[in-house]
Amino acid sequence: MTFWESVVYYGQRLIAPAVLVTLQIVFFTILIGFVLGFALAILLTLYGPNGLNHKRKVYGVLNFLVNTVRSFPILILIVAISPLTRMIVGTTIGVKAVILPLSITATAFIARLLESSFIKVDKQLIEAAKSLGATNMQIMWGVIIKESVPAIFSVLTMATVNYIAATTIAGAVGGGGLGAVALTYGYQSFNDTVLYMAVLVMFLLVNVTQYLGDWLYKKFL
Amino acid sequence: MIAVQNLTKSFRNVQVLKGVSMEIQTGEIFGIAGRSGVGKSTLLRCMNGLETYDAGSLQVDGVEVKDLKEKELRLFRKNMGMIFQSFSLITRATVYQNIAYPMRCWHYDKQTIDAKVKELLQVVGMPEKINSRASELSGGQKQRVAIARALAMDPKVLLCDEATSALDPKSTLAITELLREINQKLGITVVVVTHEMDVIRRICDRMVVIEDGQIQASGGVEEVFEERPEALTNLLGTQGPPLPKEGINLEFFYSTEQNELENLVADLMRTLEFQMKIVGGGMEEYKGKTVCSMIVNLPQNLTEKACAYLTQRGVRWRLMCRGEEDKVQ
Repeated sequence: MTFWESVVYYGQRLIAPAVLVTLQIVFFTILIGFVLGFALAILLTLYGPNGLNHKRKVYGVLNFLVNTVRSFPILILIVAISPLTRMIVGTTIGVKAVILPLSITATAFIARLLESSFIKVDKQLIEAAKSLGATNMQIMWGVIIKESVPAIFSVLTMATVNYIAATTIAGAVGGGGLGAVALTYGYQSFNDTVLYMAVLVMFLLVNVTQYLGDWLYKKFL
Repeated sequence: MIAVQNLTKSFRNVQVLKGVSMEIQTGEIFGIAGRSGVGKSTLLRCMNGLETYDAGSLQVDGVEVKDLKEKELRLFRKNMGMIFQSFSLITRATVYQNIAYPMRCWHYDKQTIDAKVKELLQVVGMPEKINSRASELSGGQKQRVAIARALAMDPKVLLCDEATSALDPKSTLAITELLREINQKLGITVVVVTHEMDVIRRICDRMVVIEDGQIQASGGVEEVFEERPEALTNLLGTQGPPLPKEGINLEFFYSTEQNELENLVADLMRTLEFQMKIVGGGMEEYKGKTVCSMIVNLPQNLTEKACAYLTQRGVRWRLMCRGEEDKVQ
């Protein structure tokens, strides 16, 4: 087999299916993480210290939860909650099994990033909305979230890039995808072609994501 | 309209308002002047419940603002439009969306909103910008949109918090003119908080000067400026022109529209039979009326006669302190 023949061979046999798995994991992780993280961010902003409806205790609990999840390195979290994963998904290996822990961490990650964009919205603008008689929820959607749309895209971009990397870590503990291929068929089988093909594909995925994210950010600025 | 009685307010340990009392009448333009951080913005925010107060009373049309519950407060705020120093528009929204925002919050139907937005853009004089993004407008235009938005709920009062402080002189002039127009045409009571004395002179009927959380001077704008209380001098940051140290310096004020006072200075000299020195003077405009001020230097023995003559002619006067020396009077 020449070099190019082996590239095509491994590409079809290993890399392409692995890319699909990785994309699947990233897609569902970000989807779930965004939906839950967004809701959590709204609550954090609403009940936070300078929020529209400051509730010290509720914020304290939410804040503690987010910090706790965020304090786990992803690899450890996947392993640590495997009993929970087994209970919910029925197994601890495969795509579905990694999506659970990954989306839990993604929820906390995205919630924190969104919260920090939301609280950056001009305080006087929020006051202005109050002075017009808007309710807290109307201010949340019509002012805070509306003003944060570009920031939301940049948060999404950052999260996606982050979780493309995270899937490779998940791959090391039975998640499948590009990480698993690079490690098992590349590194551990002394097959540099597979290893660097996986690296190259990751590089492309991250760059395309970043480019797309920047484009959306500018478009909605 | 707005009655403030002995209002106090503290942030943590710092007392910002130390017993403020004043009354704002329906239909007037009322100025609240003071340097930064003396509590004038806090006072304004108390008027529509954006800020709470510790003690005292603040009533708008007989309603104690402090007693309003959340829902009532929102309804109450409909009657109190407010504009800000930094314009506070939703930057990512269009002019239309910004002005429509309060009406959407109160669930007006689309036709009403459409009509009202167009009408308001006529009032503030920029109908062609209806679909521009707020972030593309100049400062003066942004403030016009903010005014239109504040007027969307047909408020009875318009609160202006340093509304012109971020604008260049020309836009400031245009915005103050607009505020005067709104006051006259729509009969809306306007409360202006500012450190810009020109703005107060140009549009306000009455004013207070706040210093250190208390009202240090109050009254008609013209009177306060002529009396030049210490609080006002502090605010203006000047001690006036340098004056001769000998003799007495006398300042008097008269409107240039009063024809019989045309030759006042000459008349005064003739009466005193003395060629007094004119050491200062200027013209000021108060709400469209031009007032001339003149400072003359007289020997002590003529002062009484001069003052009596001015009083007889119906001209307001005051004795000025001599440079840094002790005050006469």
